[in-house]
Amino acid sequence: MTAVAGLAVAVAVLAMATGVGWWRRQRDGRVKVLPSPPAAGEAADPSTTVDQRQLLADLGVIGGTRVTLLQFSSAFCAPCRATRITCARLAAEIDGLRHVEVDADSQLPAVRALRVWRTPTVFVVDAADRLTARLTGQPTRAQLVEAIAPLVGAGEER
Amino acid sequence: MLDPRGGRFAATLTSTVLVLVLVTGSGWLALAQAAGFAVTASWPRFGPYALLYRWLVAPRLRPPTEREPAAPVRFAQLVGLTFTLPAAAALLAGWLVPGMVFAALALAAAFLNAAFGLCLGCELYLAMRRLRGRPLPARMPAG
Repeated sequence: MTAVAGLAVAVAVLAMATGVGWWRRQRDGRVKVLPSPPAAGEAADPSTTVDQRQLLADLGVIGGTRVTLLQFSSAFCAPCRATRITCARLAAEIDGLRHVEVDADSQLPAVRALRVWRTPTVFVVDAADRLTARLTGQPTRAQLVEAIAPLVGAGEER
Repeated sequence: MLDPRGGRFAATLTSTVLVLVLVTGSGWLALAQAAGFAVTASWPRFGPYALLYRWLVAPRLRPPTEREPAAPVRFAQLVGLTFTLPAAAALLAGWLVPGMVFAALALAAAFLNAAFGLCLGCELYLAMRRLRGRPLPARMPAG
């Protein structure tokens, strides 16, 4: 009787875990385009822009850089390391693209402000310190290229 | 730096053992698995599954094209231990339901690692840190 129950539990766990794992894999690295903030002239809260600019500067984002890939990583995270390599390669190839990697553990206020729950999480930041896209989970090179495309344009690779 | 295929091999064996723990309700088997986690967490290359891998499997494969740092692997072993040791204790004490629950959780973690290479440290660690919230100095391994 217990063996049957145990087998049933095992099968149920494996089925659920398969569902979770497959769902995760589908979502990993998917580019999420972030809504653009209100255009100049519309009612906007200037303090949030200033706060965000300061936040990004504190993390090491250099204002005015054409595109920044801001990566949140943590210790014990092998996909973070792989993401770092992919981002660094892209930064070496594309003019005006910088990669900034941040330890999420030591930047918890930023983690909360930017609603980072998993690592790696990569934000695409434009020259005006706006977050244009976010990728959660390890992205492929193609996904990163897709994410920065609006800011970079075609044929920019060195 | 470790061969990642060894980790997947170990996770597969672990999943199999944990299914057996659920089916047989054996606290001793769970305890043996817990001991395996503890040894691998301390000396990743000398855990029972790692040794098996190096002895039986690795010689039949090409050398690894990539390696992974030990720290995430050791963390994953500790997560496994955290679930499997209570499972063993409960099962040995005759508390079937708590024992099965812990074993089921350990199986979920091991299977996600084996089948999807899912990095539990990445999923859990930051969420825990956000909730518990005291900042720590930067601890990312270099390189």
